[in-house]
Amino acid sequence: MIWLKLFYVYLKIGLFGFGGGYAMLSLIQDEVVDKYGWISSQEFTDIVAISQMTPGPIGINSATYIGYTAIHNAGYSAPYSILGSALATFAVCLPSFILVLIVSYYFVRVKNNKYIEAAFTGLRPATVGLIAAAALTLMNTENFIDYKSFLLFAAAFLLTWKVKLHPILMIIIAGAAGILLYA
Amino acid sequence: MYWTLFITFVKIGTFTIGGGYAMLPLIQREVVNKGWISEEDFIDLFSVAQSLPGIFAVNISIFLGYKLKKLPGCLVCALGTILPSFLIILTIALFFTQVADNEWVVKAFKGIRPVVVALIAVPVLTTARTLKLKGWVIVIPIVAALLIWLVGLSPIWIILAAIAGGMAYTFIIKEAISKK
Repeated sequence: MIWLKLFYVYLKIGLFGFGGGYAMLSLIQDEVVDKYGWISSQEFTDIVAISQMTPGPIGINSATYIGYTAIHNAGYSAPYSILGSALATFAVCLPSFILVLIVSYYFVRVKNNKYIEAAFTGLRPATVGLIAAAALTLMNTENFIDYKSFLLFAAAFLLTWKVKLHPILMIIIAGAAGILLYA
Repeated sequence: MYWTLFITFVKIGTFTIGGGYAMLPLIQREVVNKGWISEEDFIDLFSVAQSLPGIFAVNISIFLGYKLKKLPGCLVCALGTILPSFLIILTIALFFTQVADNEWVVKAFKGIRPVVVALIAVPVLTTARTLKLKGWVIVIPIVAALLIWLVGLSPIWIILAAIAGGMAYTFIIKEAISKK
């Protein structure tokens, strides 16, 4: 049952998505590419590129896009696919709603809470591993098709790291480079 | 009031590109200047929203909405934050399949894909540096990444193990050391 699966997967992503958008990527990828195969690794990379260039958090962007695509690829028409978009987006936000309401309603002290502090002693370093896993998993033959891909990767890595070039500018340059290199 | 809240968060959702933390200065300017929350409370809210799972900008908007107008407030604020990106991505989802086979688009994305991987790889280094990971702690992200990448372990297990490990370290190991 694709609808239930979609809801369940995005609920999980919303519930376990600690450490911001980049750390969330490995979780999203593991579920929607590796486990369920709703989109290919290439499509996933494209969504990340589109997310970098459009407003809003990657969590929402991916839920909207993948919700649509998963339902569409299951053979449903466009109106149903739009519903899939809304369902996945709703699901990814639902845990936030419940948790924030609990915290606000019962005045749960989150700040300086010793249990949360303790959990983050482990979560903080793990977050770096989650981001690394997302990058490593995407270094595959779908995204790296020849030596030019590696050159582009190396150049982008240095420009982003050392020169701190803006991601949007980086992607625009990459697109232009792609058109020239693969002419 | 609801309309003002909604419009404010639509604005926040529309004019911030690049995710949660990029949204922060804009959110702060909008809500602190409107007198909805004090600067101090906002900084508290920021650290709380960061400690919860989920999408950071959505967490912040729900917190603020609840603070100002209870349940209807958080629905309005969350909807405002989500709606712009939802509509933009939906439009792209509807039309991207039609241009995806275009020769120019195909070539451009061949160039873009490895660059996107680089855009994800750089935060590995910058986050590690911000967190000042040193000593044996560096083993944690390396093992976590390898378990996901090579063994195919779900990141959920890594997150649960990290929480359990952090608890065990703080309440068992650290206390044992301090008692000595």
